[in-house]
Amino acid sequence: MNTHAKITEGAPADLSRRSFLVGSAATGLALGYSAVPGLLGADQALAATGNFDPSVWYSIAPDGIVTVTCGKADMGQHVASTMAQIICEELGANWRDMRVQLASNDPKYNDPVLGAQITGGSWSTMMNFDAMSRAGAAGRIALTEAAAAAMGAPAGDLVVRDSTITNPKSKKSMTFAEVVKSGKATKTFTPDELKAIKLKTPDQYTMIGVSVPQLDIPSKTNGTAKYGIDVVLPGMVHGALVTPPVRYGATVKSVDDDAAKKVPGFIKAVTLDDKTGTTTGWVVAVANTYANAKKAAAALKVSYDGGPNAKLSSQSLFDEAKRLQGLSDSGEFFVKDGDPAAALGTAAKVLEAEYTTNINIHAPMEPMNATARYTADKCEVWVPTQDGEASFAAVLAASGLPADKCEVYKINIGGGFGRRGAFQDYVHQAVNIAKQMPGIPVKLLWSREEDMAQGRYHPVMQCRLIGAFDKDNNLTGLHMRLSGQSILASVRPQVLEQEKGRDPLTFQGVFQTGEHAFGYSVPNLLIDHAMRNPHVPPGFWRGVNINQNAIFMECFMDELAQAVGQDELEFRRKLMSKHPRNLAVLNAAAERIGWGKPAPQGVHRGLAQMMAFNSFVAAAAEVSVIDGKIKIHRIVGATDCTYAVNPAQIERQVPGSFVYGLSALFYQECTVKDGRMQQTNFHEYNSMRIAEMPKVETIIVPSGGTAAWGGIGEPTICVAAPAVMNAYFKATGQRIRSFPLKNHNIVMA
Amino acid sequence: MPSLNINGRNMSVEAAGDTPLLWVIREQLQMTGTKFGCGAGLCGACTVHINGEAVRSCQTALSDAAGKKITTIEGLSAKGDHPLQKAWIAEQVPQCGYCQSGQIMQAASLLAKNSNPTKEEVVAHMDGNLCRCMTYSRIQQAILRAASEMRTASNSGTERRAT
Repeated sequence: MNTHAKITEGAPADLSRRSFLVGSAATGLALGYSAVPGLLGADQALAATGNFDPSVWYSIAPDGIVTVTCGKADMGQHVASTMAQIICEELGANWRDMRVQLASNDPKYNDPVLGAQITGGSWSTMMNFDAMSRAGAAGRIALTEAAAAAMGAPAGDLVVRDSTITNPKSKKSMTFAEVVKSGKATKTFTPDELKAIKLKTPDQYTMIGVSVPQLDIPSKTNGTAKYGIDVVLPGMVHGALVTPPVRYGATVKSVDDDAAKKVPGFIKAVTLDDKTGTTTGWVVAVANTYANAKKAAAALKVSYDGGPNAKLSSQSLFDEAKRLQGLSDSGEFFVKDGDPAAALGTAAKVLEAEYTTNINIHAPMEPMNATARYTADKCEVWVPTQDGEASFAAVLAASGLPADKCEVYKINIGGGFGRRGAFQDYVHQAVNIAKQMPGIPVKLLWSREEDMAQGRYHPVMQCRLIGAFDKDNNLTGLHMRLSGQSILASVRPQVLEQEKGRDPLTFQGVFQTGEHAFGYSVPNLLIDHAMRNPHVPPGFWRGVNINQNAIFMECFMDELAQAVGQDELEFRRKLMSKHPRNLAVLNAAAERIGWGKPAPQGVHRGLAQMMAFNSFVAAAAEVSVIDGKIKIHRIVGATDCTYAVNPAQIERQVPGSFVYGLSALFYQECTVKDGRMQQTNFHEYNSMRIAEMPKVETIIVPSGGTAAWGGIGEPTICVAAPAVMNAYFKATGQRIRSFPLKNHNIVMA
Repeated sequence: MPSLNINGRNMSVEAAGDTPLLWVIREQLQMTGTKFGCGAGLCGACTVHINGEAVRSCQTALSDAAGKKITTIEGLSAKGDHPLQKAWIAEQVPQCGYCQSGQIMQAASLLAKNSNPTKEEVVAHMDGNLCRCMTYSRIQQAILRAASEMRTASNSGTERRAT
């Protein structure tokens, strides 16, 4: 037992979700002040008496503070602030009065479009804008009607601004606080009434498009922001893993805990009995502190059967991808226009190239963790999760309890990038251990080494590209053949069943239509995928398949242009007349970098563009190369996300995504030997550091209108790497077609 | 039973002398602002001050910290108003925020000695601190902003809070 655990006095007897959802303000989940969710005193939970709750999404206290409850996971994208900003626009509140808190996994907080709380796909703003706007407007209407009655004026005469309702004729005014205190704001709205509300038009926005400060930031400067790793429960014990020798498929033969028993505080070794097959070969040392659990884990002697994957290696994965690429009949046809075979057969000139990208891991700063408490009547889990439903499903599966006896409490996330979404292995493990120690809360924390060994990896992909030109150097045919792992085959196999064995996600950025549509018109086009699914479990890695598809397509576009001696921008433009939004961002990036104008001595430029997650993105880079060392002088990112809620937030996400992607380009590679991932910590899986941070210039060119809103968190990640590689070619004449660059001895200056 | 002087208070703790200071701070003292990132001194998320020097608490044994003056993010300033903390808010530095306690503590050890660092000195001093959200540009701007504010405060005779 952890005898040092201190818990707030008067810790509640009832830790259920119900107790902390009584009212929604002051429930302590507020990002800035947070106690641990689920551990709130009844006094806090009941403090919301007298609030006005116009919607499940927010509550206005008698002091005028508006607390927004965000159903999405906040992992650094400040989505709670974004939701608050959208509500604030229609509500007419002063931004200084806005607060945010995270929701529980209660379905009432589901994304109204998605029907779930999963946070990913850069979906949050596009799918919640309408609902948040209507919620904000409903509150404004209710407050205004109450104020109108109190002031004896028609509601239509009143003006709402900065949390104050004013009658311009009488000059009388009431603050939101005064209206809420009066208790007269009671109007409620049916779904039909909400739907009928006339929202502002974009020209009337006063908050959308303004760079207001993010509401969660102060707590992240003084140590008070609470993450999953920070959960402390009364009597909590700690679990540390022993990593199995193979990424997936090993089984435990025996555990010798003689030496571990000598470690002070050691409680027991638990061999996980995971009937769901999510984790295999896991043993956990449980002790009174994490430090002692680590010592005990190191002292455990575990013998394994390595299982069917014990001989696999990076080479065997690459070899199989390459073999499949060469087979003419195994590709899953997906995107096709015209007659590509005929175009290639009758071409005056053909260009062919083969690209390979490697395995990557997310490596968020906060290692995987979950805290679980199990009794026969209840299983509760505290977890930093991008996907509350997946966490909940893991609790159900691992606990064996019915849904009404399971709870998931969501907490701030120290980096997600896709790792904490569909894959809830840490929840399975924590619940498994807790089930073997009923009533005792267990915090399971992975070490960095375990995080690297047990990831859900961005998979190996290969691509062969063939371009065909007619005698006038027009591009008449293009065949892009992808080979490699399907993420959905592992994560959402039901999608492949619906799609007759195909994985549509593989074609992100090169799809025929939709949010990831191909941005060029080529008369005879074939894009296909030869699938192969090895044992290394794949995952959604920020940007997912646009990362490699942008490298393949945008580097090859440069190769095609250069093969016929044309300017890379002009060559693209000729193929983009039917893709005006792609072209607009490409032009914006090209103009900012100075394309077509002389570059500084020794500096070379490269471009790339793509549509992803409903946003149109482009990059333009300036690099120089001296003695094999590459320096990125500038990189411009242009994005058209239709509307920009908070431009400064976008200006923070774009450089972050660029350097996340460039870190993979330069340094990051997970390799497999004997079925095991070889990288152990940041010295073997490095990321760019502050000295390598290039100057990033962000251009936001929201085109407005009625098109779908685009995402921000992921789209731009994919264009940085091809823009830099295209510039690198201009500097050196050397075309790199496999990654990371460290394998070519190319390093950053 | 080792005694630690942490954020100006003497506290006795129960742990073996080879226990990493990080876990003593986080689990026994329940100051969770100091974060675990790599356990190997490779990321800087666990940075605290010992006698004013930035150290990686995951690589510091409890026995080596005993009797010395330890400062964590919780003790950097009384009200979260150290010039660096104010600059971090002004520049809107954090994204996920997990590494930022370590970033701020690392930066504070620089400014305590050098309130007029060059950009190059800032970069060299901060290069061991990893941020996976890649907030580096704003970290650099915030440190230069804080340094400027500290110089102004110092020049105007305002008492500067020691770190």
